[in-house]
Amino acid sequence: MLTYLDNNATTRTDPAVLEAMLPYLSELYGNPSSMHSFGGQVGAVIEEAREQVANLLGAEPTEIIFNSCGSEGNNTAIHAALAAQPEKRHIVTTAVEHPAILAVCKHLEKKGYGVTYLSVDERGELDLLELEAAMTGGTALVTTMVANNETGVIFPVEQIGAIAKAYGATFHVDAVQAVGKVPINLSQSSIDLLTLSGHKLHAPKGIGALYVRKGYRFRPFLLGGHQERGRRAGTHNVPAIVALGKAAELAQTHLAYVKREADLRDRLEHGILATISDTVVNGGGAPRLPNTTNIGFKYIEGEAILFMLNKHGICASSGSACTSGSLDPSHVLTAMGLPYTTLHGSIRFSLSRYTTEAEIGQVLAVMPDIVERLRAMSPFSNDQAGWLQERDLAIVT
Amino acid sequence: MWDYSEKVLELFYNPLNQGSIDDPNQPDVAVVFGEVGSIACGDALRLHLKVQPSTDSILDARFQTFGCTSAIASSSALTEIIKGRTLDQALHITNRDIADFLGGLPEAKMHCSVMGQEALEAAIYKYRGIEVEHHEEDDGTLVCTCYGISEKKIRRAIAENDLSTVEQVTNYVKAGGGCGSCLAGIEDLILDAQQSVETVRAAAELAVEREQGIQPPISLTNLQKITMIQTVLDKEVRPVLVADGGDVSLHDVEGDRVLVKLQGACGSCPSSTETLKYAIEAKLQDLVLPSLVVEAI
Repeated sequence: MLTYLDNNATTRTDPAVLEAMLPYLSELYGNPSSMHSFGGQVGAVIEEAREQVANLLGAEPTEIIFNSCGSEGNNTAIHAALAAQPEKRHIVTTAVEHPAILAVCKHLEKKGYGVTYLSVDERGELDLLELEAAMTGGTALVTTMVANNETGVIFPVEQIGAIAKAYGATFHVDAVQAVGKVPINLSQSSIDLLTLSGHKLHAPKGIGALYVRKGYRFRPFLLGGHQERGRRAGTHNVPAIVALGKAAELAQTHLAYVKREADLRDRLEHGILATISDTVVNGGGAPRLPNTTNIGFKYIEGEAILFMLNKHGICASSGSACTSGSLDPSHVLTAMGLPYTTLHGSIRFSLSRYTTEAEIGQVLAVMPDIVERLRAMSPFSNDQAGWLQERDLAIVT
Repeated sequence: MWDYSEKVLELFYNPLNQGSIDDPNQPDVAVVFGEVGSIACGDALRLHLKVQPSTDSILDARFQTFGCTSAIASSSALTEIIKGRTLDQALHITNRDIADFLGGLPEAKMHCSVMGQEALEAAIYKYRGIEVEHHEEDDGTLVCTCYGISEKKIRRAIAENDLSTVEQVTNYVKAGGGCGSCLAGIEDLILDAQQSVETVRAAAELAVEREQGIQPPISLTNLQKITMIQTVLDKEVRPVLVADGGDVSLHDVEGDRVLVKLQGACGSCPSSTETLKYAIEAKLQDLVLPSLVVEAI
C-alpha cells in the first residue's frame, strides 16, 4: 500500500482531469493559433480553461496568463515588476520564500538591486512593523508567499499588500501552495500579480498560471509570439491548460470539504505528539494550511526517518541537510530559529483530498517504532546533550 | 532519492553493533570511545571500542550515530571492519575502505565515511592518551569556518581519495558547503596536492636514473645540502605529516646527520620512530643524498 503524504511536493492528477486532457493529446492536436477550424476549435477550450482558473481566484479571465510552472510565474512576476518601474531599485521579500524567488533576488542583488529579506519569528510569522520599516519610495516590488511550502504557515497577504500599496510598490504573491487549499478572492484585493502551479492542485506537471491584475503595466518575460495576448510567447500547452482548467474547477468544489483534510491532519499531529516524546509542531502556533504539518523529532535525523517511512510505503519529506544534497538544513526552519535538536529531524506530512483515514492510521502505527529505533542509535537524548555542540558558533558566523 | 547500495540499506535497516560498551572491569580489557561531528552539523558519531591492551587489538566495537541513512550504515560498516584488528592496523583504515565495504556511497554522502574514519582515529588517540584537541587544531588553520574544517583534514581527504575538484572536497569533508568564501582556498590545496604528486613522480624518476647510473653521484656544498633538505621537508614530508596532524622542522645538519624536531601529534605518537625512519629519512636519502641519517631532537 502506498501512503502518499507529500502533496506539497506534487499531487496525483485527478482522474477527471486526466480524462479532460486526453483528447488534446490524441485526436484534437490542432494549434489554437492556426487559421483553420481544426485548430481553432482548440482555442475555445483554452478560453474555457481560463475562465475556470479565473473563477477559482475570483478574477476575470483576461487576468490569467497560462505558463509552464510556478518558477516561471515567479521569475516573470519579478521581471515584470522591475520592468514596469525601472527607476525603482529595491525589492522586499521574506527569508522563507521558495528558491524561485530567493535565487532571482540573489541574482538581482549582483546586478545592483537592493533586496530586503524580512525575518520570521519562531512560529514562522512576519513582523509587519519590519515590513513597514523596510519600505521606501524606491521599493519596486513586495513579493511574499501566501502559504509556506514547508510549514504551511499563512502570511496576512492583504495587510502586507496594503503596506506595499501605500508605498506605490507592486505586490506579488507566490500562491503555489495556497491555491485550492484556502479560498482566494482577487476581486477585492491589493494583489497585483499571483503565481500558481497546476501540479500542486491535481493537474499534471508543466502547467501554471500568472494572474495579472487588470490595468497593471505588465512587461512580458518570454518574447517571440503573440500567444496570451503577447504577454507570454510560446505555443499553448493545450492538454495541460485544459487539465489546469478542470483541476481549478474541481478545487473550487473541494474547498467546501477541506475541513476533512484539516481533521485528518490534526489527528495525525495530535496522535504523534501524544505517542512520541520530544516532538514539536513547527509553525504550529500560526495560521496554517489545512493539509500541512511539519513535525520536529528531536535527536534524530530527517533523511533516516524518511528511509524508515519509505520501507512502509509512506511518502513524506524533510528539510534536513542530508535530504537536499546541500549541506545546510532547510532555510525556512533555520529562519524560524529552530534549535539544532529539531532542525535536522523535521518531517513534513502534506495531505490531499485523496488522503484516507487508513493512511493516517498507518503513519500513527509505525511512527513510534521508527523514532524509537533511531533514537536508540543516536548519541543524543536530551536538550542538555552539550557534547560536540561547541561548533554551534562556527555555524552561525 | 539517493541511490544507495543494497549494503547501505541492509546496514541501515538492520545495523550491526549498534549501542555502547560498558566497562566490564576485567583484567586486560579497556573501554574507550571517540566522538566526531555535532548535532549542529547534522551528523555525529560516538564510536565505542573494547581494547585488549596486551595485544593492542580491538575486541569489540559499537556505534551511536545521529545522522542519515548513509551515516548510520557507514558507522555500522566501520565497526565490522575494525573488530579483531590491532590499533595500528585500524589507524591505517581510510574512509575509502568504509565506502568500499558499503559497495560505494553517493558522492555527496562520502563525508559520512570520513566521519567514521575520524571517529576511529579519535577513539584510538584517546586510548593512547594523545591530545585529540591538539591534533585537530593542526597548525590552527581553519579553511572552512562554516563547518570548522581544518587544512589538515582537507589535505588528507584529497590525498586519500585522489580528489581533483572543489565540489568533491565539499562532498567528502563538507568544507566549502556553507558561505563559499573558502572555495578558492580549497582549490589551492587541490593544486598543491597535485603538484606534490608531480614532484614525487619526478623524484622517483630521478632516483631510477641515479640507480641506473645515468647521473653521476652528486657532491653538494653544505649550503646546497641544507637548502635541498629544507625543500624536500617542505614539499614532500610536511604535507604528509600535517595531514596526519603533526609537523616537522629542520633543526640542524651536521655532516650526514639531519637533526629534526617533530611537533604535534607525531611527537607523542608511538609510531613516530617509524615515521622518522621511513618517511623522512627515505625521502631525504632518495632526493638529496643516500648517506643521510635522520635523528629527532
